[in-house]
Amino acid sequence: MTDQITTDPSKPSQRMRAGSMTITVLPWVAGAIALAVMPAIFTSNSALTIMNQMWITVVFALAYNMLLGQGGMLSFGHAVYAGVGGFACMHIMNMSDFFAAMPLPVLPIFGGLFGMGMAMIVGSFSTRNAGTVFAMISLGVGELIAACSVIIVAFFGGEEGISGDRTYAMPFFGNEFLQQIDVYYLTSFWVLVSAILMYLWSRTPVGRMANAVRDNPERAEFLGYSARWVRFYSFTASGFFAGVAGGLFAINYEILTEENLNTASSGVILLVTFLGGVGFFFGPIIGAIAFTLLQTVLSLQTELWAFYAGVLFLATVMFFPGGLAGLLMMHVPVFKLGHARSLVMPYLKTLLPAAIGLLGLAALVEMTFHFRHAALGDDEMTVFWTTFDTHTILPWIIAGVVTLVGLGIARATAPSLKEAWSAANTAPPVTTAKGGAA
Amino acid sequence: MKKFTKLGAVSALSLIVGASAAFAENIKIGFIDPLSGPFASTGTNGLHQYEFAVDYMVNDKGGVLDGKNFEVIGFDNKTSPKESLIQLQVAIDQGVRYIVQGNSSGVAAAITEAIDKHNRRNPDSRVLFLNYAAVDPSLTNEKCNFWHFRFDANADIKMDALTDVIARDEGIKKVYIIGQDYSFGKSVAEAAVEMLGEKRPDIEVVGNELHPIGKVKDFTPYSRKVISSGADAVITGNWGADMLGIGKSVIENGFEGPIYTYYAAGSGMTAAFGESGKGRIRLIAQGSINPIASEEARDLYNAFLEKYPEGNIDQSRIFNSIGMLARAIEEAGTADDVVAVASKLEGMEYETMWGGTMYMRPQDHQVIQDMYVGVHTDEDVEFDFDSSGFGIVTESVVEMASKDIATTCEMKRP
Amino acid sequence: MELILVNLIDGLVTGLLLFMLSAGLTLIFSMMGVLNFAHASFYMLGAYFAYQISIALGFWMGLLLAPIIVGVLGAGVERYGLRRVHQYGHVPELIFTFGLALLIEELVQFIWGKNQMPYNVPEILNFTAFSIAGNSIPAFKIFMIFVSVGIFVGLLFVLTKTRVGMIIQAALSYPRTVEALGHNVPLIFMGVFGVGTALAGLAGVIAGPVLGTFPGMAFVLGSIVFVTIVIGGLGSLWGALVASLLIGWLTTFAKSYNVRMEDILNGIGFSTPENMGESALRDLWTITSPQIADILPYILMVLILIFRPAGLFGKRHQ
Repeated sequence: MTDQITTDPSKPSQRMRAGSMTITVLPWVAGAIALAVMPAIFTSNSALTIMNQMWITVVFALAYNMLLGQGGMLSFGHAVYAGVGGFACMHIMNMSDFFAAMPLPVLPIFGGLFGMGMAMIVGSFSTRNAGTVFAMISLGVGELIAACSVIIVAFFGGEEGISGDRTYAMPFFGNEFLQQIDVYYLTSFWVLVSAILMYLWSRTPVGRMANAVRDNPERAEFLGYSARWVRFYSFTASGFFAGVAGGLFAINYEILTEENLNTASSGVILLVTFLGGVGFFFGPIIGAIAFTLLQTVLSLQTELWAFYAGVLFLATVMFFPGGLAGLLMMHVPVFKLGHARSLVMPYLKTLLPAAIGLLGLAALVEMTFHFRHAALGDDEMTVFWTTFDTHTILPWIIAGVVTLVGLGIARATAPSLKEAWSAANTAPPVTTAKGGAA
Repeated sequence: MKKFTKLGAVSALSLIVGASAAFAENIKIGFIDPLSGPFASTGTNGLHQYEFAVDYMVNDKGGVLDGKNFEVIGFDNKTSPKESLIQLQVAIDQGVRYIVQGNSSGVAAAITEAIDKHNRRNPDSRVLFLNYAAVDPSLTNEKCNFWHFRFDANADIKMDALTDVIARDEGIKKVYIIGQDYSFGKSVAEAAVEMLGEKRPDIEVVGNELHPIGKVKDFTPYSRKVISSGADAVITGNWGADMLGIGKSVIENGFEGPIYTYYAAGSGMTAAFGESGKGRIRLIAQGSINPIASEEARDLYNAFLEKYPEGNIDQSRIFNSIGMLARAIEEAGTADDVVAVASKLEGMEYETMWGGTMYMRPQDHQVIQDMYVGVHTDEDVEFDFDSSGFGIVTESVVEMASKDIATTCEMKRP
Repeated sequence: MELILVNLIDGLVTGLLLFMLSAGLTLIFSMMGVLNFAHASFYMLGAYFAYQISIALGFWMGLLLAPIIVGVLGAGVERYGLRRVHQYGHVPELIFTFGLALLIEELVQFIWGKNQMPYNVPEILNFTAFSIAGNSIPAFKIFMIFVSVGIFVGLLFVLTKTRVGMIIQAALSYPRTVEALGHNVPLIFMGVFGVGTALAGLAGVIAGPVLGTFPGMAFVLGSIVFVTIVIGGLGSLWGALVASLLIGWLTTFAKSYNVRMEDILNGIGFSTPENMGESALRDLWTITSPQIADILPYILMVLILIFRPAGLFGKRHQ
């Protein structure tokens, strides 16, 4: 049925599939404009810092997805390549003569090269196998390098790490990158370039073969491709872009420490990528944005942010294994069929009460936490702009009722949402007939 | 929790912008320390003490500068230098001009450097860094800057005081030094070897080793080495789970002598040592809690217990830092011009309720104060830790410890 | 000489504790292909439950009840969580356990707070069993050895001598065939997961008083359990035992003796450079064995994976 739909060039939504240039260029232009406009909306330095962090995570997560999503290789130690690239950049920053003759925006290339070099060394033995063996080697190597970071002080600087000053670089068109906004545009430029390059990579024969090797290495071998070398190339390319992310980190924070290498960072990037969705190129971008907000912004609001993050991961993996991107892409057929409007009301009816119910639940969790852990006499707390006394019964009743009613309504309306969903995904006879005619 | 401005989730980013726009009368103090993750207990306890300190010592007494209040805002850095730098930026945008931090010297090094750069690049929004517990000597030596003030004694000063006490004990002929494998652990070990060599050349260092930080599951092999070396005393700068691990392990496996420590009290550790550590664990601290140094301190401690019945005041320096900051702001007549405040902090002499005088050395911004060596016991304990009945009782005092200790700091003043 | 004996005993205790964790995990891993990152979290839950029970009913009831509760919880996780995720593949399963580990740590902090719990060795076992050259061996360690050896013998008996064990072993290799023979494979999976987590819980109960009961105890244990089962060979109980003991002794001896890299390098013909302070490689020269003791298992694992990907006792190539 999908084939039928794509053959109709008269519909704008389907023309996109027909291979015109608009599809490949449009999202990138939109992305570039979004990157350029963001600082005008969020002007404060902290917002810029947080966005920088987001874009760095985006590059890293996209690089990681070259392995996990496109190559089917699960790595538990990918922070190593970003970290080594970053440390190399930091050392370059501290080579005053060399650094003074180099414009700062070039620096991430060096990060990439060092990340790639590291990936080539490790990849030479780790990519011989895929699956569990690859995953466990990556874990072992990751632990090894992380441990070295504390022991080999000359390169990694021990627990305090290595720091430098980005402003000693050669001024770039008179810009010394003193302010966050300058760094923001540098980072944005690199995010865009890296994302485009990674996208183009996935279109090359090697990128395509990575998919083939992921799905069926034996058949790929029969076609005359060495599964091992295809994995090696993916791994090397991924190491390069991870190194670029490390270089951007070095520019942004002007310090690299053990945490850039350790297995916790490697675990986080796996979670980020998966949260966004490994099946789509843009999945990790969504994941990086969502996770940075969770880690940096939600943690300003509540000590329990990690609890909510854990719940979110469990919920994602149990109900939307395609990640957030998968959730979005589920709606593409609906839009193509022109049925999106019919979903608005059922969505409102179910998701709005569900959201309210979940907020109520979160309020209950926060209140319990406050009740158990707050100081004696400090009975008041503020949740959602409301200040009240947790030692009286009323707020508990309200929060409880909101939760129950919200989730109750959501539960009651869920079947009709399901119906609307399946109806929206069924092409009505008219469209099909028209498609056939064309 | 109360201080976590709960703004909800309209747009996660724009709320930060909003918060920065809302300029308040309060003098904001940004507390950047772990509030989640493995070191959260230390961070949360510190935040409680800070919140209590500003209310009890400043706000309830009418504030500073004719009625301005202090406000402590907690920022969770998850013990990560990267997160600390992000949170520092957020804090500055929210109008915070005073940053307090203490857990992990690595984080402190990152923050002090970032603040130095920030103040150079943004003269309009300069901030001060009040370091209440990061004791790596380098912060007031080669890494020192005008914006950083340390209210804790650094590792060298603490070791100076500890070795003074060890040197008095004629029974100690052999010591074993063990610590975590990072900058702080290494500087503890170096200082111990050097100072023991000066004060008691007859003492033999029978072991000097480092173990991976936060990774050791079982300390038994280390304690076997301690015991077979025939050591009379153990010196360790360990903290957190590593402190409890090494302490419990050497005692369980048959070590009989005293253990000289930096951080073996509070945060559940006193309760976990309990009977087994009695009379064995000695600890260097500033301020005497048992016997309490002054009536003022007793009232404060009781008021604190009313609020946090399970809590401990295990970091009296938190109260000193607030007291000294309040006085510096009063004397400077402004809280916004941090250069003026810093100039008043430099060289300040402050009578602390925890006993003795504090002197902020102008040449390196290191506080000089009396140091107390106490013992873990359940006798004569007025204020116990962790509601365990056990507490730290002062055994000896070193007045104005290391007041002439050398520094390599070359302070650049703005 | 005496010290070697003491170290042998200490390494044995460490190794056997590791074995209790890896025994369950290796069965789970080879049966379902799940890298259960939450396994150490069940170990932590075991310690916390036992602490809570020991306050009310004493240590021995904790020893009995806590593993059962953990096992039931584990079976529930398999039934209502993993089984649902299983259809999506291995990576989602792994992320599921990842998220679960995060959640359990947060829940533990939520309920018990962030401080260390005063969970101690019971009075009846709180004495020195015997001493070797001034090194006392606490009675509790002897108790730990007995418990873990008992578990090993019991597991071996169940797996090789009983009908249930035969079915489990068959389901390990050929789940489809076993299902076709009329056995309820999902139930077997759930049972194995439950027993595996119960073993982890038991390890927590007896390790909690010695190694400390705190929210980071699962994190500290880290991925060493995976390393053990990979070295031993997936699905092999004997492999898990041998690898556990190997790791236990390897790390214990590396920590007990200060072998310096300088000596090794000198021994194989390199001479110490003149200006150590200047050399970029100075840190390599000054490495001592205690510093790297805890990463030795990882080095061992990488080497084994390169040269023998199936592990020491593994049969199948994954």
